[in-house]
Amino acid sequence: MQESTANQVAANATSSFTEHLQRDRPELLPYNRSLQAAAPAAAPLQVPHATTIVAMSYDGGVLMAGDRRATMGNVIASRHIEKVFPADRYSVLGIAGTAGIAIDLTRLFQVELEHYEKIEGTLLSLEGKANRLGAMIRGNLPLALQGLAVVPLFAGFDTSAGVGRLFSYDVTGGRYEEREHHSVGSGSVFARGALKKLWRPNLTASEATAVAVESLYDAADDDSATGGPDVVRQLWPVIYTVDSSGARRVPDSELAAASRNVIEARTIAGREA
Amino acid sequence: MTQQFYVSPEQLMKDRADFARKGIARGRSVVVISCEDGIALVAENPSPSLHKIGEIYDRIAFAAVGKYNEFESLRQAGVRYADVRGYSYDREDVTARGLASVYAQSLGAVFTAEQKPFEVELAVAEVGASQAEDHLYRLTFDGSIADEHSFVVMGGQADKVSSVIGQGWRSSLNFAEAMQLAMAGLVPPSEAKEQPRALPAGALEVALLDRNSERTRGSRRAFRRLNDADITALLA
Repeated sequence: MQESTANQVAANATSSFTEHLQRDRPELLPYNRSLQAAAPAAAPLQVPHATTIVAMSYDGGVLMAGDRRATMGNVIASRHIEKVFPADRYSVLGIAGTAGIAIDLTRLFQVELEHYEKIEGTLLSLEGKANRLGAMIRGNLPLALQGLAVVPLFAGFDTSAGVGRLFSYDVTGGRYEEREHHSVGSGSVFARGALKKLWRPNLTASEATAVAVESLYDAADDDSATGGPDVVRQLWPVIYTVDSSGARRVPDSELAAASRNVIEARTIAGREA
Repeated sequence: MTQQFYVSPEQLMKDRADFARKGIARGRSVVVISCEDGIALVAENPSPSLHKIGEIYDRIAFAAVGKYNEFESLRQAGVRYADVRGYSYDREDVTARGLASVYAQSLGAVFTAEQKPFEVELAVAEVGASQAEDHLYRLTFDGSIADEHSFVVMGGQADKVSSVIGQGWRSSLNFAEAMQLAMAGLVPPSEAKEQPRALPAGALEVALLDRNSERTRGSRRAFRRLNDADITALLA
């Protein structure tokens, strides 16, 4: 009797918010809804999709940038959407794919990290955070198979090793550590091409910001689902840097200057492609 | 078959209350003071890892005296309650009042229904934009809840400590002054005269619910735990 009580207590002790929800409030999980099995797979749902995210390492940290467009088929669903979020003090995540689920997953992930910190009194290790995110993406697999995939990119500063690290995922929750740089989303091929030419080791934070802005510009140039810098509406990409002092959002003034530099240089060059 | 002795409900409740009070009185005191910079939480606690003070949510903190396993389970339940509520509604919908009433209900249920009551006393504090919007709730082992202003003292010598703090408290105290006042309460002057029982920083657990965390630290989480160096600097 005594032992079964002890076992019960141990089984109920969890520091994970997701596990707690799974047990007590499963209806609150973003991926716990199942679509009607009869939904025809041939006609994908018309829902907003978030697009290109790029991330790269620089001297002393990592940087993540996302454009501001969400599309629904051939329509622009949002010009203002933000797709890069701080996960906690030392990590950020960017999301590509079905916007509704992705934003809920991000919220869940943020609470998950804060919940662990409050219950345990310490921060989760960077590997631990990356694994938790992988488990959440795997939880979304049934919906991903029905066309509602979410693919994140995760970057953080590993406080024990003292380096910035970068993780990419696939829809099954597979987690891969990336070196140097990576991009996800519909414009990722073009952004990746730009990154290959622009990125070099030991960039400073402001050089890395300029590289991110330019690679997103190239992605927007060739991918209709990626939005470029919008000088009319004063909309710039969202960029976060993470270093030993934590995550920081790059202010709009800096992004406006970087975006104008790219546009000006391209205007002067006056080339077709 | 043996017949149970009749015990009147009054006697039963009194016995349970006495039992719980005895357990709480053995512990060291915890002080929660509202001041200009926020809400200061000060506990005499030699352990650096078994906390009596904890963060619950953005602007809400928890302090407790009594049995560690009992208040720790209540603290974790509070964190879960707050996180679920903030996740399913919105962060600003998590309030100290809601949390305190959940605590009051669970303490009340344990007091009447369980084998033994919880030997704990809790404080739930929420820092507001101004001192008038601060909320301090004191919860006792039987589930009774009191809405306090200015400060809460719990634990072993609560009466002595609170009389010292009651005399020294003003709304214009800053954090350092509030800390010093709390120390004056925790180390009673009479005792200090004979043999100054100086509490080293290592024997103290101090946290602040920072009123201006959004502005000064860029963080919506107001709770900040002080390390030994911070405490020494504040008391100097």
